Amino acid sequence: MSATARGHGMTLAEKILARASATESVVPGQIVEGTVDLAMMHEQGAQTVQPFHEMGATRVWDPDRVVIAIDHWVPASTEGAAVLHRILRKFADEVHLPHFYDVGNHGICHQILAENGWVVPGDLAVGTDSHTNMLGAMGAVAAGIGPTEMAAVLALGRLWLKVPPTLRIEVRGTLGPGVTAKDLVLRTLGEVKTTGATYKAVEWTGPTIAKLGMPERLTICNMTTEMGAKCGMVAPDGTTMEYLARTAKHAMHPLQPDADASYERILRLDVDGMPPMVACPYSPDNVRPLPEVAREHIRVDQAFLGSCTNARIEDLREGAAILKGHKVHPRVRFIVSPASTAIYRQCLSEGLVDLYTEAGAVFTNSSCSACFGGNMGIIAPDEVCASSSNRNFPGRMGPKEGRIYLMSPAATVAAAIRGELADPREYA
Amino acid sequence: MREIIEGRVWTLGRDVDTDQIISGKYLTIIDPNVLKTKVLEIGLPEFASQSRPGDILVADANFGSGSSREHAPQALRAAGVGAIVADSFARIFYRNSINLGIPTIEAPGVRALFERFDPARIDMRAGSVTNVRTGRSISFPPLPPHLIDLLEAGGLVEKVRRELAARHPPAGTMPR
Ligand code: SF4
Repeated sequence: MSATARGHGMTLAEKILARASATESVVPGQIVEGTVDLAMMHEQGAQTVQPFHEMGATRVWDPDRVVIAIDHWVPASTEGAAVLHRILRKFADEVHLPHFYDVGNHGICHQILAENGWVVPGDLAVGTDSHTNMLGAMGAVAAGIGPTEMAAVLALGRLWLKVPPTLRIEVRGTLGPGVTAKDLVLRTLGEVKTTGATYKAVEWTGPTIAKLGMPERLTICNMTTEMGAKCGMVAPDGTTMEYLARTAKHAMHPLQPDADASYERILRLDVDGMPPMVACPYSPDNVRPLPEVAREHIRVDQAFLGSCTNARIEDLREGAAILKGHKVHPRVRFIVSPASTAIYRQCLSEGLVDLYTEAGAVFTNSSCSACFGGNMGIIAPDEVCASSSNRNFPGRMGPKEGRIYLMSPAATVAAAIRGELADPREYA
Repeated sequence: MREIIEGRVWTLGRDVDTDQIISGKYLTIIDPNVLKTKVLEIGLPEFASQSRPGDILVADANFGSGSSREHAPQALRAAGVGAIVADSFARIFYRNSINLGIPTIEAPGVRALFERFDPARIDMRAGSVTNVRTGRSISFPPLPPHLIDLLEAGGLVEKVRRELAARHPPAGTMPR
């Protein structure tokens, strides 16, 4: 169901961009210069160094607002990756960037930002990765940019932005047992599609969202990237403030959307009775109810529980609860990769590493791992992977024919046990 | 920025994402001249070996979706692509492409106008794309002034370089 609301107030994205550009109010389509609160780089940041020098820049505008977190190839698995890391380390030394999450203290860049309080309510944050959207869960505008643009941000501390129109997604109802925030965002993608929010801001709201914890909000904001959105966010509330209470790195501005804000579109969803969902090859919006797809007995060769979307401690506990008392199917390679070193250590102390490895999984170091087909966990052309990640485009895990099904952590584990796609509720 | 851009067209479908433009396995390569030999390996495999400088890409909706990898427009620039025209673009690709100085034009409906190797003519000021073989053409809203500035400077690097230079004049220049 869709509707349009017209008022004179501002949406959350508009409020934040008005603050960032020090103006009273902004309207969609307006071009503003925004002051950046936080800039994040991962390996792609290596491509920032050359344009930074070509611009004639010598100093970074504010080294305390720059985070470098390497994650795609950690530790370096190829010579090329080693060189990228080397370029970043040298650059960080040269221009004095102290916040470098290097091997041993590493994790997926977005998770590093989330768990260390680098992005707080009201911020304008940018990162050299498309899933920077995830940090919108803090009540911030967080967007991905390319490395040349990042060079300009490092030099000037600001960038131009076109104020996006906002798609408001109001969710009500209760997620049933075995049905998660991941299923909610997949279902939403099935409706909004991969181009439905292109250039737009997505504002998640409603009683169901209010009840979600921060890890779940991070998951639903993460996949607004797959909708094409510039940013996705949840307005800050008590849950947000509590999460950031001890870690916030700078002042918080818990802005709220106005009651009479203008939305380009309002999508209303009810999750009562919603089954687990799955995105089938080759697009994250090719979404169907998982029980229906499971009836087709789709054989799985690899299962991947990892990525910035779903590899937090809560996700790994959710998976462990399903796996307990079962074994990984002998035909399946099951890869579990926590999203950060902190989560890795938490898994050790909770006995989750034992639980996963005893069942036959490989429990890896924290990194992007099998998510992007460039490091490890590559599949063969005729193989299928059940994955808790966010993309299933052709070639995402290596060969263009490889088939990836996207689902919740619980469903990923259910597939690892059965050796084919399965409804996780049968294992609860 | 040239006001009139002419070239031979390569056509592409919808949702050509950055994995199809530069596959994940090549992301540790940063030399554009190597990247160009891998460009569109999944999306249009014959392009890398058969394209000529000045060729124009005409794509359907959502070109460049997926990751923020600038390798994608960099490889296309290194291959000498004269312009990219699409029914629509994914946002990060669009920004990256403009920042690199590639004329990047959103013209809804343009894909239907072209077949492979048709000659195209783009008028940047007037805002039109014409298929010179069929004579059919489509208009697009001219780019906003700040994007024209960016393309005219030859991309973001040069634009920021000028700005920083104006802020810190080299030693010996008189303050204005
Ligand atoms: S986990 Fe996957 S989606 Fe997330 S940053 Fe890494 S490669 Fe990108």
